[in-house]
Amino acid sequence: MSDSTANGLVLAADGTPLKRSLSRSMRRQKMRAFMLVAPLLIFVLLTFIYPIGVMLSRSVQNDIVPETLPETVRVLGAWDSSSGDLPNEVVYAAFMRDMSVAIKAKKHTRLGSRLNYEKTGFSSMFRQSGRKMKKLDPVVDAPFKDKLIKIHKGWGDIETWKTLQTYSGLYTSGYFLNSVDARMTPEGMAWQPEDKQILLKLFGRTLVMSLIITGSCILLGYPIAWLLSNVSPRSANLLLILVLLPFWTSLLVRTSAWKVMLQQNGVINEVLVWIGLVPDGERLILINNQFGTIVAMTHILLPFMILPMYSVMQTIPPVYLRAAKSMGATNWTAFWRVYFPQSIPGIGAGSILVFILSIGYYITPEIVGGTKGVFISNRIAYHISSSLNWGLAAALGTILLIVVLALYWAYDRIVGIDNVKLG
Amino acid sequence: MKLTKTLLATTALTVAAGMVSADGHMSSEMTIVSWGGAYSASQKGAYHDPYAAANGVTIINDDSSAEAVAKLRAMSEAGNITWDVVDVVAADAMRLCDEGLALEIDPDTMLADAPDGTKASEDFGDLLVSECFIPQIVYSTTFGYRTDLVGSTAPTSVCAVFDTETYPGKRSLEKRPINNMEWALLCDGVAKDAVYDVLATEEGQQQALDKLATIKDDVIWWSAGADTPQLLADGEVIMGSTYNGRLFAAIEEQKQPIGMLWDAQVFDLDGWIIPAGLSPERQARALDYIMFATDTQRLADQAQYISYGPARKSSAPLVGKHKTLGIDMAQHMPTDPNNAKNTFLYNYEFWADYRDDIDAKFQTWLAK
Repeated sequence: MSDSTANGLVLAADGTPLKRSLSRSMRRQKMRAFMLVAPLLIFVLLTFIYPIGVMLSRSVQNDIVPETLPETVRVLGAWDSSSGDLPNEVVYAAFMRDMSVAIKAKKHTRLGSRLNYEKTGFSSMFRQSGRKMKKLDPVVDAPFKDKLIKIHKGWGDIETWKTLQTYSGLYTSGYFLNSVDARMTPEGMAWQPEDKQILLKLFGRTLVMSLIITGSCILLGYPIAWLLSNVSPRSANLLLILVLLPFWTSLLVRTSAWKVMLQQNGVINEVLVWIGLVPDGERLILINNQFGTIVAMTHILLPFMILPMYSVMQTIPPVYLRAAKSMGATNWTAFWRVYFPQSIPGIGAGSILVFILSIGYYITPEIVGGTKGVFISNRIAYHISSSLNWGLAAALGTILLIVVLALYWAYDRIVGIDNVKLG
Repeated sequence: MKLTKTLLATTALTVAAGMVSADGHMSSEMTIVSWGGAYSASQKGAYHDPYAAANGVTIINDDSSAEAVAKLRAMSEAGNITWDVVDVVAADAMRLCDEGLALEIDPDTMLADAPDGTKASEDFGDLLVSECFIPQIVYSTTFGYRTDLVGSTAPTSVCAVFDTETYPGKRSLEKRPINNMEWALLCDGVAKDAVYDVLATEEGQQQALDKLATIKDDVIWWSAGADTPQLLADGEVIMGSTYNGRLFAAIEEQKQPIGMLWDAQVFDLDGWIIPAGLSPERQARALDYIMFATDTQRLADQAQYISYGPARKSSAPLVGKHKTLGIDMAQHMPTDPNNAKNTFLYNYEFWADYRDDIDAKFQTWLAK
């Protein structure tokens, strides 16, 4: 069908060089494939990637300050905060003009709650000052310095203006610093006081406990997956239903059931006291601590470990084990040298699933974790729904995402992502 | 010909009525957000059903009050507010007002006068703690104790919580600093008037945490209002804090051996807000509903279902008997003089400022 020309180019039937013709048809094929996935891709981009990106970008946004107080931010830039003097009348007059606009638009209280994250007291200062500053005219009533200090003594505090100056940019690293127990001060970065250092500890705890949960899922899941793949299909189906049954039950129900089981007057303690293993006065504390979280989450996440393991083990031909034994391997050697290495992709897939799920778990630690069994996600939830500090929540979420990606990358380097199989 | 016209006209009217009610200015469907459970049931009985019957409005209930502030903020940013009336605690109403997410209310024009002609602003009085907040009930966070587990002398003071010698056993407290810090200072000898001044200082916060540390090993920390009644019923704790209505239900409806310790109960308010930025028809409907649901009789009616005190002074004399149990409700109200001998009013301004700061310290202390 093709001809070679004098200069060595291979031509297609229509006379164009084969290479070009081939790449054209390949491109058409690629386009067709792309068009097929396009609806899903656009859907994911619009409903998943874009909102998450917007949310995460809040971790650096600080435009509320320069947008609400544009003039003040500009003139405050010239003020030397280390001089020890309050800003001059120019700053106060600019602040008064900005505020009277903000008060009309009812934006000043919003700014107050934003700045309250950085310095306690700003929330009420803006709210109270707003009520009184409404009555002042930004032109007629000048000068303002003394009037404002009389309205709220906070305007006479040099720290107030230092905070405003520090947080006057469009973007801030403050949220990220906060999420690693540090903060931005007028003098630069500083650690939080010791009695407020909690987040790094929670990150560490989340990672360690997620690893423990993943480990106990492997230990409990492996024998079950082995059993599932080595019994008759009929029994395997029945067992599989037993594995999936809790999977179909509501998460809250399962967690609450653990509460009934583990509490001090719960099923386990009652049985232990009844058979005399534990004296009545010294019932075991099994819940509202790390133990409770580990037990409940291992149970809840176990199916995510068993299913990938099972689907990988199913593909390992049983003849390999028999062959190994026929050549003189003991049961253990046959398992450890022949069977186990082939089941590693299943363990890998299950571990990644369980670990990533548990790192972001929120509801189970909240219910059974007490004070020492809660995760970083509980703090994220607090900042999203209670304190409304979405910037900090976004920074915490970004860090969590980066940690997961880094671990995934490390896993790829050490074990190899090709070694992960879901079936 | 004439018949067709009439038919067409009526059809058009019916269609229109599907969107706006007979007076043409209000939507015929509204979404009311509340807390769910017995509380929503009390609102349904006292407000929703009579209002829907009188006005032909469809009321959709959404039990999202616990996340109302975050969800309203998200809705407002997305430019699509799907809620018409939202039930929130006063502190949340204040934050929604600060964020510009709630409509400002003029009590005298937007709320009903008392039957004797007293203006709403006077009838609600101090309870109008925010420009956007329409008070509905007074509830309290207080302690319940197991009558059979506390020994021969039942506790009468809130400081029994810190007295593990006389009352050994676990207690349940809420997993947040609010209320706990105040009780700790109160039981550490700080005068009631000085509590918030002390709590505003670093030393005062440490003092409160130190006092709480004396019972830290004996505390189960709760995060849902239903936890303490459950823990008390299971005998997991001998005393614990929760909302007084929850304790009422456990004592009177479920007949649990639980007693009320009203001492140093912390009053708080729950009420309505209307989201800012509704369309005129929906806003008119929401305001019409609020005018109806917060009048003197309706607020008193709610107390037939649940033991929370009506927010209007004029409603108090109208509080009657429980709808199904038939018991006199007045004595179960947190505001009843016998129960309110020693009370505390939640300090909104203080906690709006100090909430994040003290919460960080409290959580760090908890994790230690």
